[in-house]
Amino acid sequence: MNNDLLFDFNVDKAAKTVYITREFNAGQSLVWDAFTNAELLDQWGAPAPMRAKTKYMNFEVGGRRFYAMISPDGQERWSVQEFTSITPKTNFKMYNAFADKDENRELPGSEWDYNFSEQNGITKVHIVIFNESFERLEKLLEGFKIGFTMTLKNLEELLTTLS
Amino acid sequence: MKQDIFQAISDPTRRAILALLAIQTLTPNAMADKFDMSRQAVSKHIKVLHECELIKPEQSGREIYYHFNAKKMQEFDHWLAQFRKSWETQFNQLDQLLTTIKEQE
Repeated sequence: MNNDLLFDFNVDKAAKTVYITREFNAGQSLVWDAFTNAELLDQWGAPAPMRAKTKYMNFEVGGRRFYAMISPDGQERWSVQEFTSITPKTNFKMYNAFADKDENRELPGSEWDYNFSEQNGITKVHIVIFNESFERLEKLLEGFKIGFTMTLKNLEELLTTLS
Repeated sequence: MKQDIFQAISDPTRRAILALLAIQTLTPNAMADKFDMSRQAVSKHIKVLHECELIKPEQSGREIYYHFNAKKMQEFDHWLAQFRKSWETQFNQLDQLLTTIKEQE
């Protein structure tokens, strides 16, 4: 993949907030679709070997996406995203919470704010995730248990990213 | 109260100190010089980093040298890196998807 594309990841524990910025080599309209269309979301929205499966998605203010992250051994982790604000092509906000398979939410959840902007054919996506409790953020990770070994070399890279 | 590792690392100066200590051990005075800070300001940062075990002191003659405690940092990094990694993986998947869609057009 194109390594010149920006990827920025910051965690501010005091503010219980995670900031993620990423550039994509595509127009804003296409990138917007990739983040807001269930069929496209399911093709990239879970880190392999996990996969995402959307049961339904009403992308409108007050509407919901009910979806699961499925592990290779078939375990399903359901979540509900409720869309709280939509400004087509440039911004949307949602409230995300874990749920059971019958769509009963486990509150509190987290607030997500997505911003999209394009320059010279490169689209920048900026995501802000606010968690009411930081413990919940740690819980969020349980869904992403992938074997991962940290080396000292990565550490330096990480510190640079955090700076 | 024991310092929270997230809190300790949320400060840019402390991250810079850690990055430097990962490469070499330093005395508080040397740190003050490198970062152009007062000895008191450095002491505060050292206290926070020491309390959450990110750095360790070592007596050498009359001087105290601080070194980076990689093990402690790894615990924290492991947590953070997993979260970061999961995003990285997803975004790489999206790169591929975008390329595929653009080729189809």
